[in-house]
Amino acid sequence: MMSTTMDDIRDGGTTGHTDNIDRAGPPLVAMEDISISFGGIHAVDGASLDLYPGEVVALLGHNGAGKSTLIKILSGAYKRDSGEIMVRGERATISNPRDAKAYGIETIYQTLALADNVDAAANLFLGREIMTPFGTLDDAAMEAEARKVMGRLNPNFKRFKEPVRALSGGQRQSVAIARAILFNAKILIMDEPTAALGPQETAQVADLIKELKKEEIGIFLISHDIHDVFDLSDRVVVMKNGQVVGSAKTSDVTKDEVLGMIILGKCPAGATPGPGAMKD
Amino acid sequence: MSDVASGGAVRPKTAGGGSGFKNFLRATEIDTRMLGMVGALLVIWVGFHILSGGTFLTPRNLWNLSVQTASVGVMATGMVLVIVTRNIDLSVGSVLGVTGMIMAIAQTTWFTPMFGFDNPMVWIATIGLGLLSGLAIGGLQGFVIAYMGVPSFIVTLGGLLVWRGAAWWVASGRTIPITDDTFKILGGGSDGSIGATWSWVIAIVAIAFLALAAVNARRQRKRFHFPVKPMWAEYLTFALSAGAVVVATLIVNAYLLPGPLAARYAQANGIAVPEGGLAISFGYAVPVLLFIGVGIVMTFVARRTRFGRYVFAIGGNPEAAELAGINTKRVTMMVFALMGMLAAIAAAISTARLTSATNAQGTLDELYTIAAAVIGGTSLAGGAGTIAGAMLGALVMQSLQSGMVLLGMDTPLQNIVVGAVLVVAVWLDTVYRKRAA
Repeated sequence: MMSTTMDDIRDGGTTGHTDNIDRAGPPLVAMEDISISFGGIHAVDGASLDLYPGEVVALLGHNGAGKSTLIKILSGAYKRDSGEIMVRGERATISNPRDAKAYGIETIYQTLALADNVDAAANLFLGREIMTPFGTLDDAAMEAEARKVMGRLNPNFKRFKEPVRALSGGQRQSVAIARAILFNAKILIMDEPTAALGPQETAQVADLIKELKKEEIGIFLISHDIHDVFDLSDRVVVMKNGQVVGSAKTSDVTKDEVLGMIILGKCPAGATPGPGAMKD
Repeated sequence: MSDVASGGAVRPKTAGGGSGFKNFLRATEIDTRMLGMVGALLVIWVGFHILSGGTFLTPRNLWNLSVQTASVGVMATGMVLVIVTRNIDLSVGSVLGVTGMIMAIAQTTWFTPMFGFDNPMVWIATIGLGLLSGLAIGGLQGFVIAYMGVPSFIVTLGGLLVWRGAAWWVASGRTIPITDDTFKILGGGSDGSIGATWSWVIAIVAIAFLALAAVNARRQRKRFHFPVKPMWAEYLTFALSAGAVVVATLIVNAYLLPGPLAARYAQANGIAVPEGGLAISFGYAVPVLLFIGVGIVMTFVARRTRFGRYVFAIGGNPEAAELAGINTKRVTMMVFALMGMLAAIAAAISTARLTSATNAQGTLDELYTIAAAVIGGTSLAGGAGTIAGAMLGALVMQSLQSGMVLLGMDTPLQNIVVGAVLVVAVWLDTVYRKRAA
């Protein structure tokens, strides 16, 4: 099941081969020369990254390479020490998760970041509840919306009354994804989106990513495993020791070359080297 | 859409299996934990009734029980939210003590001279000042916990000493009597009860409210085509809750003013005393109504407001709440401010009941409050708990205590029993949770 889906995607890639991403305008988001350190350790050191509408950028690197930290700066969870974030060519002020959401930046965290003790609808609308005219929670309206969006993502989902603790890993994942796309996200960050999923659910996520691309949403896929994301991405960016090793269009590099970037920090010919590239 | 037709049997996990009783519970949506608590309460009541030779389940004792529960019960509703956010408040007994003292001193030294004896402004100003003090004390502790990052256990442990000391210090150890008669109504007693007629009015309003709520909930669910309870279950839950209201009203109305008090009442109101004496009912005590009112408001806050939703989300996963854009620090501070205000309400009740403020007022109440919340199903791991459960928990704790007093048990033995019951109750709850999960 999984292999057919992956083959489909690969077929799509070979027929087109060039990505038809329009990179003429300003990028959807650009992170420029971002640094952050925790107690003297440079978790991210002068990293730059950009993303265009309808593009899927895979951010790769070992555990501890700084990719999650970099992306948490974009989603407002961490405050950067230096650097700029530009959204659609304009300087953006992002100092907390609420700011990021105001710019249409939505994040699906590796931990999913769900409140386990409340139900799916409460999680979908957490921080952005629908209220009645009397200023009380409109649970019925929220459940109705939840049923709509979950019906699109996971038609078999029926457990709207149970706390999300009781749900399976895949169901929890679809709740987290639903929360991210419910509010017209323009930029979607997915941190290890398929790490906890079975083959069937992984294929579902792949389908979803293709669908979101059509809607001109830009997507960051973060992973330490190249196999998870290589076939889904238009571009790969590799980080090592808090620095960007380099970036390349996925069609210009092979998996082995990208692995070389991840493990050795060695930039192949098809890639644009970054500050973290191995000097030889 | 097809869910609507199949009614109560939509939940796929349990459909088909389960005994008749389980299906019954599912259809009526009765919380099994609450059912267990009511069961435990009934066992305690009947047990004491038998052991005490028939003095426990009397209108008089049950009425007293309701008044005694009010003060700790009011605080337990706030303690639920504190514990749900993975915090604890050890200072509530001392905050009760200091706010009670502030109210008594302000009333006797400022408000009564300022407005005149028994002027309505006296009790209004007294309560207003009390609530503000509670809010400020709780807010201050909340600020230190949320924004300065000191664990709530330490902050409120400090508060336990600080506020008890403050109460002692302002009053120089004296007992301060309160003078305003209207304020004393908050404490219950014959003047602080509403009588038979008003008790029935309240009962009818409550039943009408229950009916309205049931109809409204059903209409909401139909509007969005969600599954609804079967009709018989709607009627049954309504009948049970309305029946409970009627029984409670009958009990408080069956408690009659003792002879001399009734005679004085008749004289004061110009009623002729008929043959065989007057039958004047106490009816609901004002502090009990206040307790129930606080419970309703707190349930509303917990379940229907954004603040309540955030409190539970923070308890379930603080990091997720933060990432969802919730200002978790502000919510935490507000929870403690609310707790402080509830301690002040409890202080008003207990000060009015004792008609004076003392140093020792509220001593150990923090432990009874926490115990009530925990017995009522509030999880110390955070994220789970109900206001109604804590209110029942307070009633269970108080029933145990007054039952043992009624049996003439010695104080050390009482403490041993209460302590042991707390541990056993939480153990049972842990077992229940493991099985439910």
